[in-house]
Amino acid sequence: MNKVVKNVEEALVGIEDGMTLMLGGFGLCGIPENSIAQLVKLGVKELTCISNNAGVDDFGLGLLLHGRQIKKMISSYVGENAEFERQMLSGELIVDLIPQGSLAERCRAGGAGIPAFFTPAGYGTEVAEGKEVREFNGKPHILEMALTADFAIVKAWKGDTEGNLIFKATARNFNPMMAMAGKITIAEVEELVPAGELNPNDIHTPGIFVQRIFKGEKFEKRIEQRTVRIKN
Amino acid sequence: MALDKIGIAKRIAQELRDGWYVNLGIGIPTLVANYIPEGIEVEFQSENGVLGMGPFPFEGEEDADLINAGKQTITVLKGAAFFDSAMSFSMIRGQHVQLTVLGAMEVSQNGDIANWKIPGKMVKGMGGAMDLVASAENIIVAMMHSNREGESKILKKCTLPLTGVGCVKKIVTELAVLEIRDNKFYLIERAPGVSVEEIVSKTEGDLVVPDFVPEMVL
Repeated sequence: MNKVVKNVEEALVGIEDGMTLMLGGFGLCGIPENSIAQLVKLGVKELTCISNNAGVDDFGLGLLLHGRQIKKMISSYVGENAEFERQMLSGELIVDLIPQGSLAERCRAGGAGIPAFFTPAGYGTEVAEGKEVREFNGKPHILEMALTADFAIVKAWKGDTEGNLIFKATARNFNPMMAMAGKITIAEVEELVPAGELNPNDIHTPGIFVQRIFKGEKFEKRIEQRTVRIKN
Repeated sequence: MALDKIGIAKRIAQELRDGWYVNLGIGIPTLVANYIPEGIEVEFQSENGVLGMGPFPFEGEEDADLINAGKQTITVLKGAAFFDSAMSFSMIRGQHVQLTVLGAMEVSQNGDIANWKIPGKMVKGMGGAMDLVASAENIIVAMMHSNREGESKILKKCTLPLTGVGCVKKIVTELAVLEIRDNKFYLIERAPGVSVEEIVSKTEGDLVVPDFVPEMVL
């Protein structure tokens, strides 16, 4: 089952105005940067983007915000992005902020065939407004709905022609759940190898969740908060 | 004298117990990792997907794929593990993490906490804070007693949008250690050289003051 596409142009075929996209990554770590650059080039608009963060002003999803390509963001944390804050406060951008664990679980649920679940996170806060509340073991929980997307775009370290993926360190983050929740899931990888070269014991995301895979042309892997200690 | 950020972190570090898994928030809580008491071992969890977080890397050894929840470059210690965000919050929601330390803009005497939004001014999002405070059995808040205008942040009732309700049990500020019980703050310790009167005057919420308030030993 060869899922390899030639390049990012071919990988993103079918993405249209008004669609819902999931994009993996935490901050700028583990984001599908080649695909984001292509989305800018395609100029698709009115997008709903589900992603933990919104990038920074000149990288990651910040690039799509600058081109006003995003209509709605579903995220947990959007600091570090002045243009985002401006569009949100002025009402140009619809923003749905949800607790990070609920965001992760909503994506997982979407891919796992679970329509909704109860969680204590957000009870008694703005997040709970309009949501069903139910008590379990004496503690109130709120009902959170699963999330799915027309396309999920994830970034992995290694992948094979079957679509099996291995992530590196904390670049894994939201990528595995989003891979599960896309009607079509696109994986961009740093290394693409023939089936059989990855040890089946090491696979994080099985290829069943991935429809298209390609080797990213270049990975800048920008660091958001370079923090070091001094060698004595 | 009031504590600086390092003093607050040192006092919170005294609350660590051997064998605990601990989640540290951004800011002062991050500093707690530098003052683990001798003879105990704890493991730090970062909600972006790592257990066994180590110190910041040496210059030139940074790895863009290895960061903490504050997006800072980090290293990992022997025995570390990586995982995805759903599993990370399973650890948190499932109460496998023994201690959560986080910052706050306001705390009220019934244990409510606000730390994610100032309407009309600042909206960065809650990140993992709502999941953490809703599930953690043991939360310590690291914060300043009052804001830049000198107004108390230790309140009868929070004025900002809440992050969680009735969840905070202990607070460490630059002036004092407070506990929350029965809808009141209890003064447990004061910072070295800080008077009880100063703490009382800077606490808007109901504060129970015992006859003797020991000084923190740092």
